Amino acid sequence: MLKEDNRKLMLEKAIKEHQYQTSALLEILHKAQELYGYLNREILSFVAASLKLPPSHVYGVAAFYNYFRLKQPGEHVVTTCMGTACYVKGAEEIISAVEKEFNVKRGDSTADGRLSIFTTRCIGACAMAPSIVIDDEVVGKATKEIVIKKIKLLLEGKKAETS
Amino acid sequence: MLLKKLNFYWRVKKLKPADIIHLAETELDAQRSYKYRINVCCSSGCIPFGALKVLKAFEDAVKEFGVQKECKVARTGCIGTCSVGPAVMVEPGDYLYQSVTPEKAREIVRDHVVLGLPVKDMLYGNKAYFEKQHRLVMKNAGKIDPYRIEDYIAAGGYSALVKCLLRMSPKEVIDEVWLSGLRGRGGAGFKTGQKWTFVARAHRSPKFIVANLDEGDPGVFANRTLAEADPHAIIEGMLIAAYATEANKGYIYIRAEYPLAVETLKRALDKARAMNLVGQNILETNFSFDIELRLGAGAFVAGEETAILASVEGNRANPRPRPPYPAASGLWKSPTLIDNVETLANVPQIISHGGLWFSKIGSPTCTGTKCFSLTGKVKNPGLIEVPMGITLREVIFDIGGGPPDNKKFKAVLVGGPSGGCLPDTMLDLPIDYESLTKAGAIMGSGGIVVIDEDSCMVDTAKFFIDFCVDESCGKCTPCRVGLHKIQETYARIMDGEGKPEDIDFLRSISGYIQDASLCGLGQTAPNPVLSTLRYFGKEYTEHILDKKCAAGKCSFKHKVKEDEF
Repeated sequence: MLKEDNRKLMLEKAIKEHQYQTSALLEILHKAQELYGYLNREILSFVAASLKLPPSHVYGVAAFYNYFRLKQPGEHVVTTCMGTACYVKGAEEIISAVEKEFNVKRGDSTADGRLSIFTTRCIGACAMAPSIVIDDEVVGKATKEIVIKKIKLLLEGKKAETS
Repeated sequence: MLLKKLNFYWRVKKLKPADIIHLAETELDAQRSYKYRINVCCSSGCIPFGALKVLKAFEDAVKEFGVQKECKVARTGCIGTCSVGPAVMVEPGDYLYQSVTPEKAREIVRDHVVLGLPVKDMLYGNKAYFEKQHRLVMKNAGKIDPYRIEDYIAAGGYSALVKCLLRMSPKEVIDEVWLSGLRGRGGAGFKTGQKWTFVARAHRSPKFIVANLDEGDPGVFANRTLAEADPHAIIEGMLIAAYATEANKGYIYIRAEYPLAVETLKRALDKARAMNLVGQNILETNFSFDIELRLGAGAFVAGEETAILASVEGNRANPRPRPPYPAASGLWKSPTLIDNVETLANVPQIISHGGLWFSKIGSPTCTGTKCFSLTGKVKNPGLIEVPMGITLREVIFDIGGGPPDNKKFKAVLVGGPSGGCLPDTMLDLPIDYESLTKAGAIMGSGGIVVIDEDSCMVDTAKFFIDFCVDESCGKCTPCRVGLHKIQETYARIMDGEGKPEDIDFLRSISGYIQDASLCGLGQTAPNPVLSTLRYFGKEYTEHILDKKCAAGKCSFKHKVKEDEF
């Protein structure tokens, strides 16, 4: 069962705003991910029950789209753009270096749950390739040194202000 | 006073057609009262470079020097020079400043606005970048504030809609689009007039319109930039399409990865609705049409026309066999028109200036212009709009400036992951649907990625195959299994275990996938394989026979992952 809290109330409100239409499933999953940060079993079952859809359908949709996260992300999230422009300009080297430095695989979190590393297809900042998103900040024309330095600062609890 | 007048129209009155013209005049008067206008590019390309701080600095500086009455600071969409952001344009005279910082902003206001002397050493010097471009769809980009509908109306916006509502029948609108020769900008290049006719002829209600803004191709950001810079052009295009095809409801399907574009479109829709331009009885006529946003969630296949329908309905984005085509049976089995947003944004201008005017731009078989995101190894990456029929050489070397650091040009990838890699011998190829397809590439949604001698073509082709394997929805076997076989073969070649017969195998299986796949993803996915084999076959032989990679990318140490299948 989903815990009774504000987030659940807001999710219920969003579902109501969409008039319980099954066609708004994607919108509702977006809202749920915005509120909870990821989509776990409880959230998906709750959405399924509210929209009177089979849970398998809701899980199927959530699992199909890359944007929805089914695992809880770490405290800090580093997302590397792996679009064509970034790849051509060396995004692969950056992410390999980050993986090695912090001992974490892409798509996963560190053992202490403080850092997650993801890759995404294209964030559309191709003119400044390679681009890396560290939490909410987009770092353009990134190099592995800058990125590793920024992540270290972040993990030490300082706001990364250097560019 | 003027502001009050504008507010009056905005809140109280339900607009009528004549009010649009009146509003445009009022707004133009307001704009003319300023001697200077500073346009600060605040699109996704410039914001990470600090464009919002620059905007604030300009506003502060204008106050500091007390020139608020002479100088207007506007937040605009993309100016086009994404590599030297934040970009700032000062009108009149179109002075373009590059890499502006908050300190420099103050300097620009002091010298340019107060003293009237442009700051020469900060001006963008590369004239060639703009010379060969033809801005049609993006004509308002970087000039108007996308958050203000008044700016769009002052630039002639919504006058085409008024013209349709008052003076044209739906059939006349379609005829005009036919005459213009406009073709779908989403990649396939289907005649827009023909598509509209199909939907108009389907005498069933309700009818839907889906505007496709699911720019899934990595390395492409033309549609996003359009939505961020000129959202009302998309909305007006949709309204005209709805009027012509007698549709009732529209959806704009946009990627959730584009938060700024989503926000801009949301605001634009709210304003248009408040002004009686979207919704019931538009401009007090009998025409009603409502538009809703639908967020995609990162599935490349959702750009395919039947998959997008499944996604709008809230399902997995699986394509389905055609016929029935969406024009006959689309959203919830109703007739549905699916157009790319760039196609729709062309429509208002076709109606305003006439189809004949439009048909004279570009090449005879491919009229109009096309927006491209020019990225990869070029000196001036950015968003460009060029007339159809321009050659690749002009785009890459004249506009883009060629590869930086005196590196040698190796290939250009046109059309995203399902496009093709073309070598330097194909540089004089004109950009239009037929020539590109003949050469083994596709127009796609408009991505040009330049590759220099540092990249290995085998590795590049594998990158695209990896992408398509990930993005394949898994519904049909040729795409799901076939692409996987290609991926394995590549892994083996790059592992140093390639066999001479691999080349023939790649060629034949690519053919099968192209012929037997259900949707556009599978049909075009082998393009990078076939085009690299065709133009860069030597690199494959080097990899297989000599275990050598000229670019030094392949380590020949990779292990094939058996468990992935």
